[in-house]
Amino acid sequence: MAYPYEHPREERMLSRYFGEVDAIGIDGWIERGGYTALEKALGTAQDDVIQVVKDSGLRGRGGAGFPAGLKWSFMPKDGKAPSYVACNADESEPGTFKDRELMRWTPHQVIEGIIIASYAVRAQHAYIYIRGEFVDIVRVLNGAVVEAYERGYLGMNILGSGYDLDLTVHTGAGAYIAGEETGLLNSLEGRRAEPRVKPPFPAQKGAFGMPTTVNNVETLASVPHIVLNGADWYRQWGTEKSPGTKLFSCCGHLQRPGNYEVPLDFSLKELVYDLCGGPPEGRELLGVIPGGSSVPILTVDELDCEVSYEGIEAAGSFLGSGGLIAMDDSTCMVRAVRRMVEFYAHESCGQCTPCREGTSWLTKILRRIERGDGREEDIPLLLDVGSNMAGSTICPLSDSAAVPVVSSIQKFEDEYMAHIRDGSCTAKR
Amino acid sequence: MIKRAKTTQTITLTIDGREVTVPAGTTIWDAAKELGIEIPGLCHDPRLRPVGVCRMCVVDVGERVLAAACVREVADGMTVQTNSEKLERCRRTLTELLLSDYATESLREQKTGDDALLALARDYGIERSAIELPAGDGRPQDLSSPVIDVDHAACILCDRCIRACDEVQHNNVIGRTGKGYGSRVSFDFNVPMGDSTCVACGECAAVCPTGALTDKRLIVPIQPRNELDSVQSVCPYCGVGCAITYHVDRDANAVVFAEGRESPASDSRLCVKGRYGFDYAKHPQRLTVPLIRRDDSYPKGPLSSAVKGERRKKPGGLVDYDEVMPAFREATWEEALDLAANRLKEIKEKDGPSALAGFGSAKCSNEEAYLFQKLVRAVFGTNNVDHCTRLCHASSVAALLETIGSGAVTNVFADVHNADVAVVTGSNTTENHPVAATFIKDAAADGTTLIVIDSRETGIARHAHHFLHIKAGSDVALYNAMMHVLIEEDLVDHDYMRDFTEGFDGLRELVKKYTPEMAQEICGIPADRIREVARVFGRAGSALVFWGMGISQHTTGTDNARCLISLVLLTGNVGRPGTGLHPLRGQNNVQGASDAGLIPMVYPDYQKVASPESQKKFEEAWGVSLDPNPGLTVVEIINGALVGSIKGMYMMGENPFLSDPNGNKVRKALANLEFLCVQDIFLTETAEFADVILPATSFFEKYGTYTNSDRRVQVGQKAIEPPGQARFDWELVCEIATRMGYSMSYKSAEEIFAEFTSLAPSYSGLDYENLKPAGKLWPCPDPATSDGVQLLFGDGFPTESGRGKFVPVDYQPAAELPDDEYPFILNTGRILEHWHTGTMTRRSKALDAIEPEAACQMNPDDLTELGVDPDGYVKLSTRRGTITLRARGTPGVARGNVFVPFHFREASANILTNDVLDPFGKIPEFKFCAVKVEKAGSAA
Ligand SMILES: Cc1cc2nc3c(=O)[nH]c(=O)nc-3n(C[C@H](O)[C@H](O)[C@H](O)COP(=O)(O)O)c2cc1C
Ligand code: SF4
Ligand code: SF4
Ligand code: SF4
Ligand code: FES
Repeated sequence: MAYPYEHPREERMLSRYFGEVDAIGIDGWIERGGYTALEKALGTAQDDVIQVVKDSGLRGRGGAGFPAGLKWSFMPKDGKAPSYVACNADESEPGTFKDRELMRWTPHQVIEGIIIASYAVRAQHAYIYIRGEFVDIVRVLNGAVVEAYERGYLGMNILGSGYDLDLTVHTGAGAYIAGEETGLLNSLEGRRAEPRVKPPFPAQKGAFGMPTTVNNVETLASVPHIVLNGADWYRQWGTEKSPGTKLFSCCGHLQRPGNYEVPLDFSLKELVYDLCGGPPEGRELLGVIPGGSSVPILTVDELDCEVSYEGIEAAGSFLGSGGLIAMDDSTCMVRAVRRMVEFYAHESCGQCTPCREGTSWLTKILRRIERGDGREEDIPLLLDVGSNMAGSTICPLSDSAAVPVVSSIQKFEDEYMAHIRDGSCTAKR
Repeated sequence: MIKRAKTTQTITLTIDGREVTVPAGTTIWDAAKELGIEIPGLCHDPRLRPVGVCRMCVVDVGERVLAAACVREVADGMTVQTNSEKLERCRRTLTELLLSDYATESLREQKTGDDALLALARDYGIERSAIELPAGDGRPQDLSSPVIDVDHAACILCDRCIRACDEVQHNNVIGRTGKGYGSRVSFDFNVPMGDSTCVACGECAAVCPTGALTDKRLIVPIQPRNELDSVQSVCPYCGVGCAITYHVDRDANAVVFAEGRESPASDSRLCVKGRYGFDYAKHPQRLTVPLIRRDDSYPKGPLSSAVKGERRKKPGGLVDYDEVMPAFREATWEEALDLAANRLKEIKEKDGPSALAGFGSAKCSNEEAYLFQKLVRAVFGTNNVDHCTRLCHASSVAALLETIGSGAVTNVFADVHNADVAVVTGSNTTENHPVAATFIKDAAADGTTLIVIDSRETGIARHAHHFLHIKAGSDVALYNAMMHVLIEEDLVDHDYMRDFTEGFDGLRELVKKYTPEMAQEICGIPADRIREVARVFGRAGSALVFWGMGISQHTTGTDNARCLISLVLLTGNVGRPGTGLHPLRGQNNVQGASDAGLIPMVYPDYQKVASPESQKKFEEAWGVSLDPNPGLTVVEIINGALVGSIKGMYMMGENPFLSDPNGNKVRKALANLEFLCVQDIFLTETAEFADVILPATSFFEKYGTYTNSDRRVQVGQKAIEPPGQARFDWELVCEIATRMGYSMSYKSAEEIFAEFTSLAPSYSGLDYENLKPAGKLWPCPDPATSDGVQLLFGDGFPTESGRGKFVPVDYQPAAELPDDEYPFILNTGRILEHWHTGTMTRRSKALDAIEPEAACQMNPDDLTELGVDPDGYVKLSTRRGTITLRARGTPGVARGNVFVPFHFREASANILTNDVLDPFGKIPEFKFCAVKVEKAGSAA
């Protein structure tokens, strides 16, 4: 079965074997060079492994883009307390569906990355915290973990190196907030997935109160490549601040939606119009959310930028998780934003007042605007609530909920005003 | 309790342009406080672990995200802005968000008048009607709890109640349910509060800042605290001695609500009795006039059907005044007091002083206890004076006096925090010493290894790291085996034993035969577990041993305590932080009443009656000659009444009809007395046998000092005026004494306290002034500067040799073992909501509502086997009597055992119990006798 979404302009480092059923099992993976990176890593001092990853400039693919090597270097080196690695496979950001494919097609790529990371940070136990809804993928991963144990890549004295590691696949129970790293840790411990106050950060006090490194699936899947081929090799792609390749999950009003892996210096516009084929026949794009629903929307005029972290930031948004949502002129922006905010209202863990109450008020106000019952004062009210609920909470979900509201009002105020003044919608149905 | 690592490192930062240096680990909130800067907040309470959820306290530390001051720790060089336009806007918006969705009427504002959200709104000048946000969808109220009103519409999800329940009281009842805007606090798995496992301690309502959780009214409507008088006092119930502020409505002459207050004994915590059990003082059945038995009500006998052992006319647990009052007539104080004094005097003259006896009470103050024993000794001329300590820890005290020369605890319960290991044995701590239990639970959650050893698996066992479910009455075998292991594996403290103990050889010889394998046969604990637990204990750097009446109320009670003392001496666990012996005292003043000399063989402060020196000291102090012979103990006095050697008695606040073993015998004994004067606040079961009844003041109506289980002496202050003609107990004692020819006159309780302390070296230096507000531990050599001595005996013991003595003892079975006819083992004791003979708690609205009825606890499998329905009735019979009551399936009770609470007159446990005594402590075997269980149709 060929992977349905491919484009010759992609750089397929991570997704090279997508669609190849044979690559899923451990034999097929080893035939394709799997676990040689692990062998190499185990023959290298832990700190040197961390150094390579630091040098490669690999940044976290879960959304925040924090340098992975730097994060690892925060872990204690004295081995006094138990420590952990958690692979964040919760992937619930609206518009994001890349980790799922990485685990589905190349479970051993992810597992190898986890083992190397665990070795580097001196963890004794690693967890894959995976969204419970990914039932089929949980099965794939569990099979792969058994295989890895059988071959001695997990368990005691891995490949004769003296390093021991256990790996557990832990399924979540369907809350978006469990993807936030400290919510994840609480959930892993059997508590409600409520984000924790930081500091302390997970590297100081993570799972079960012990030092923990949390990394995204895609981040970890990149690690074997870097360890095997070196930092310079990895830096052949991307920019100084954003090296390497990244998977973009493209969805919405596009001719060829799908996962595309491109170097981080690729053009956003080309990604949208070239690889994804632009909007359907006869439609115009209104805008694109480039990094999952938590980042500001870019209008069609703002797409002329690099997909690097700094490139998209300069254009006024964030790379985020790489979940790209395209909206064409059939979209009612008020409705789209209301749907997004409703999602956050539903998924707020409810701890912080600004988030719990704020998301609910935003939803209620947006609903009345959408219904045609809005008032002009609702616009400043939305901006006021939005700005005061951002930047003051335990985790950034509260900001995420305010982002689409504030950015859509800034860029599409006319649509709001049409609803409020005329009770009409500018979407072209 | 929040444990913070101690640190000497300091940090300097700038807050609002001012520099401040604080210890590392301090929060911004606390650092700001140092500078006098108050940061607004809703979720933070200094007693609770900060969580930073309300976000009201956010401050600018120059980061992308505003930091919550209550939880963010300071860092060197940090620059903090606590106030700016941006912050004000944030806080204002937050207040608006919360307020727009708030309950239309805040129950807190209506009741105590201190709703924190509404106060914040007032500060910001926010008018609810002016808020443009759409209002909420309405959230329900839950009025199912007997003590707390829940209004979800007023809940701001600040999490305080959850932390209070989880981390202060460790009851783990409250959590959150739902997500986002649908989040709610919930009880257990989201059931109504009244149906949950909530134990009604009220800690959650005490910390809730809003109208979401508020106390229900008890007697008078709850009113704003600033409109009420506040009285700093203590709790009238158990030996923990929690410090309480009573808020009093002067016009209604009633306590309106109670709050925990700061004290080392209770850290502002309370249990259901302390918080909601104060209204008994206002019960309509209070005695208000002196009563004299009518001539036509002789010969004496029980009056109410319950005491007669008949089917009651009316259901319910209280004395039916219609049945008993016609036997008495109202009298003047002159007449009643003259009658009492004359009759007592007559008996003394006719039959000699030893035909008289007095029972004082551990519910009365030190002053009253002191004066009462002075009356019996100096005026009656006998040492026949005792009280219910005989029934709870007499054996513990006997063992302690014998081995270490002092009957009190060697360390306070809160020091469990410093213990590596804590042993709790024979104690249902969560129900009987609920607030002491919170300290133990705290410690167990924070690194102290908790070993619970009990024949019942009670609440505290859930917190244990090691729980040993031993067979009833097998304690000595287990402890001997543990000591066998400690000696065999050399886990003993040789240096300590060399310096501070004696008699080890005898112990070593005796425990040789107690191999864990041998003990296993007796106590039912596998030998390996015995070894394991012995090692945990032996390897502890510090270990503290708590015990309750499961240890003391046996014919082997003294032996049981001797074993625990040996265990502690063997391992050198005395006199250091986190170590010690702590028999958990039952009543609020059982320690003090004993200290004050309400014991037949000792004068105040344990000065021996048998010692000519002591006798001389008190003869001089009191100006009379005293009986050199120790007097009779409680059960011996009752036996004396039965055979006619005791003829006249004065009872101050004691209700032996329900509290003493073998109730049928007690009934005969009381009826047999020539003269009985009962002084009490209600007409008790015992008072039905009285010739004269004197109405006394309740705890709330008088001043006095009370000494808790820790040896902490605290002042109880008068909160309300007594009803009718009721008078102070001490005044009545003085009246009787004077009328009997020994003049006693004091101006106040304080003056009595001064006389007592002058004769009791342990209390020397204490007075009402230096005891306020939080009390002091005795001994307290320097009351001006110190809280008293917490750790006793770090350098030897007050014994003749200065050493602690090992007293080796062999295992002996209980006196009455199960057989074919009486195949079950009967155990008796208390439950959380009730107190002793129920006279107070059953007249307390909330406590009675929670537990209105007697019920025994049995293993569900036994009930199934007997064919008893869930919540069906059983008939319990022993060789001494029969009662019928409800049975509750309780998995923590082992098969073959029955537990019966003794608070309920209509199904009095002590009809069943065996009055056989421990030979040393003279304590009856309340915890063990053979019983037959039969299915019954309904309550008899
Ligand atoms: C509300 C919220 C949801 C998140 N969900 C995910 C997620 O589903 N998957 C993920 O990898 N990271 C998610 N994150 C980011 C994680 O908190 C964390 O930054 C990430 O797992 C770190 O890994 P990385 O450094 O490898 O990116 C989420 C963050 C927030 C605030
Ligand atoms: S910001 Fe929202 S989701 Fe994040 S911790 Fe606070 S309430 Fe929970
Ligand atoms: S009930 Fe009260 S204490 Fe509990 S979360 Fe709500 S407002 Fe806070
Ligand atoms: S009353 Fe006590 S036990 Fe009940 S929920 Fe509140 S804190 Fe918990
Ligand atoms: S008081 Fe600090 S967040 Fe609530």
